[in-house]
Parts: sequence; C-alpha cells; structure tokens
Amino acid sequence: MIKTDAIIIGAGPTGLFAVHQLGIIGLKCEVVDNLDRAGGQCIELYPDKPIYDIPAVPECTGEDLTNNLLKQIEPFKSNFHLGERVEEIKQENNIWILKTNKGNFFSAPNIIIAGGVGSFEPRKLALKEAEKFEGNQIFYSVSNKDQFQNKKISIFGGGDSALDWALELSKKNEITLIHRRTEFRGAAHTLNEIKQKEKEGKIFVKTPYNLKSIEGNKTMTGIEIEHEDGKIEKIKTDYILSFFGLIMKLGPIADWGLNIDKKTIPVNTETFETNKKGIFAIGDICTYPGKLKLILSGFHEGALAARACFKRAKPNETYRFEFTTASKNIHDRLGVKK
Amino acid sequence: MPKITYISHDGKKKIVDVPTGLSVMEGALQNNIDGIDADCGGSMACATCHIYVSENWVNKIEKIHDAEQDMLDMAYEPKKNSRLSCQIIVSNDLDGLEVTTPIKQT
Repeated sequence: MIKTDAIIIGAGPTGLFAVHQLGIIGLKCEVVDNLDRAGGQCIELYPDKPIYDIPAVPECTGEDLTNNLLKQIEPFKSNFHLGERVEEIKQENNIWILKTNKGNFFSAPNIIIAGGVGSFEPRKLALKEAEKFEGNQIFYSVSNKDQFQNKKISIFGGGDSALDWALELSKKNEITLIHRRTEFRGAAHTLNEIKQKEKEGKIFVKTPYNLKSIEGNKTMTGIEIEHEDGKIEKIKTDYILSFFGLIMKLGPIADWGLNIDKKTIPVNTETFETNKKGIFAIGDICTYPGKLKLILSGFHEGALAARACFKRAKPNETYRFEFTTASKNIHDRLGVKK
Repeated sequence: MPKITYISHDGKKKIVDVPTGLSVMEGALQNNIDGIDADCGGSMACATCHIYVSENWVNKIEKIHDAEQDMLDMAYEPKKNSRLSCQIIVSNDLDGLEVTTPIKQT
C-alpha cells in the first residue's frame, strides 16, 4: 500500500501541472495513467501538431508541452505508475483506498481525476464476430512479432502502424494490406517500400476495400472484403491485425458513484470537488457553467484543487498562500539554490 | 436560421435550427442529438462526430481536406459520403442539410 497526500489519475498536461501545484504547497502525490507514457491526448492524438494558446508560449507541440511540464515537476520527484489503470476505489474513514488493474493499492485523503475524456483503448473492428477471435487470431497491437511466421496475415488500416507492421511482418509472412481508400497516410519512403514489396509479391494491397465478414467457427479461416463498388473477394487468413487508432472510454470512473453528465463530471468551481468529498475533477473531464476544454483551464482548475487537497491532507496545519517569487518554503521545495 | 435535419441510424428525424457559424457537430450537441460523441471537442483528433451526408448535399458542402479524410479512416464504418460533423460549418447555403448518424461512433 502506497500512502500519499493525493493520487492523480491521468498524466496529461492537466494532471502534470497538478503535480506542480501540489508540490509547491508541500503535498506529495502519485500519478497513475493507463498509457505507457505521460502526456495524455497531447502525446497520443497530436504530438506533432502545434498548440498556440498556452499562455506565454507562442507555439509548441504536444510533445514539447509534455516534456516541459515533466521538467517543471522534476523537483517534486513524484512517482508515475504508467500502463496502469485505477479500477476500484473505496473509502475508509476519511481516506480513499484505490486498487489498480495491476493489483497495486494506494491510500490518500484526496483523489484528483484528470482523466481527459477517459482512458485510451484501441478501436476495434466493427464486426460482431470479431470478438470471439480477439487475442487468438485478431489483434489490435503486436506484442510479440515472432508468433507470426509463414502465416497469412490481413492488416487493416491506412496509417503508420498498419504500414510499418505490413513491412516488418512481410519478411516472414504473406501480407494482405486492406484499406478503405486508395490513399495511405505514411511517410513517402514507407509508401515506396510498400510498393516495392508489392512488386516482389510479398505484400498484396487491396484498396478501396472494407471488411465484410469473417469465416470460420472455432478457428478463423478467412475473410471476405468488399470493394467500394460492391464486389466481394475472399482471402485466406490466419491472423487479422487491425490498426484504427485509439478511442477514449470513461472506463471504471463511471462506476464510482460520481455524478456524471454526458461523460463529464460536474464540479464546484471553488474547489473542483465532485459530489464525493475528497474526489476532485480537473481538465477536460470536469464540467461547470462556462467550462472551456482548454489546457490553460486545466492548469487553473488544478491550482484550485491542489489548495482544496491541503485541508484534507493536513487538517491541523494552516494553509498560507505564497508566491513562488518570494517564498523560501517554495524555493526549498523546488530545490532553488541561493 | 438554417434548419439542419439529423437522422438517426434507424431513420428517426429531428429538425433543429442551428445558428450560422456553428458546426454541425455543435448543432447536434446543443440540441441533444444522440449518436454524436465528439470526444475531442472539435480538434479533428478522434472521429467520433462522424456522420453521413445525404447524397444530394455531398457536393454542396465545402470539399473534404486531407486531414479530415485521414481521420475518417479511424471512424466506425466510413462510407463515400462520410464527414466529420465538426468540420462542416453551418451557413445559409446549408439550410435544409440532412445528415445521418452511424449506428455507433466507436
């Protein structure tokens, strides 16, 4: 059991800045995020896209922003639990106990939910029958490429993941690359390599086609794909790899007894507390009259939530507002050398 | 004010007034139209405001650009008349536009 002052769920920009705001007022925290790296939507959805509305930063990418925030919170040495999702919470006296999908336990008087629009999950194939082959013959990511040797593999998708895996796996397998339109999203050299492999007969490219049906009962034996004009083609397939990006699902948060309105959590704008005492929500996941889904709003929300956490974490101490320019306490916490 | 018709996947029609300058996605959210999630809030990063534009309107709305087309690759059952509703801005020219929401967004 890890004991701390606050658990932050979500390592996006809002969650990261909340670490800072807790840190400068002398509170400890632990950060849990389902993704395997910090940055949230900034890193998963638009790492290379410039952002123009971070105050005092005329332009930066999602990746820059994440790296700068990580640097800014370095002095507080907070622990990150990445690739881990909080599944259950319960309250004992005034303390929240959290359990993750990896079986780790945390206890803290405060939980700050900075969960964006939920946790990221791979977007699955539309066909219902895909479910029963998931994990055996249908995969949404590749964890062990060596399991594929001398197999027939159908790869769906038009982006980098689909293209890169088509190339990599074509070394030892027969690949059919299926995409709904003729254009692929990929670097020029990758597309050239695909063309080369197509000429060599190592990769068959099928566009514009969509998955129509999956054949086989206990074992998938093949698939049917449908051309834009309605023509149907059968393809023998041992494995399907599908790369349609990530979706966001609220996940277990929905079951914690919090008020939820259209996938967002209403909060009191003085403290960003939810309907549960000691549970706060900040960033895209919270809602209140006038809410803007902006990173800068998330920073403000985290600053106020952090102050509210203080009272629950240190009920016998008096919170005093201090500026980072003048406070010796804050300088010590930041490790500023005089 | 332009009228936009949102048709659910099972054919139920809802006609609402949407102020010019808002997107078809925003028009849906403000009028509690089911079937449009808009998880990313209109930053063209999620493909959960995917809709099908009625055939007779496809050529009347501004042409789709590459980034939207790329994002539509991720959408649930995209077709030739698929668009992201966050990228269609309502104007007087779009008065009467009909769009159909997919069975689901993810």
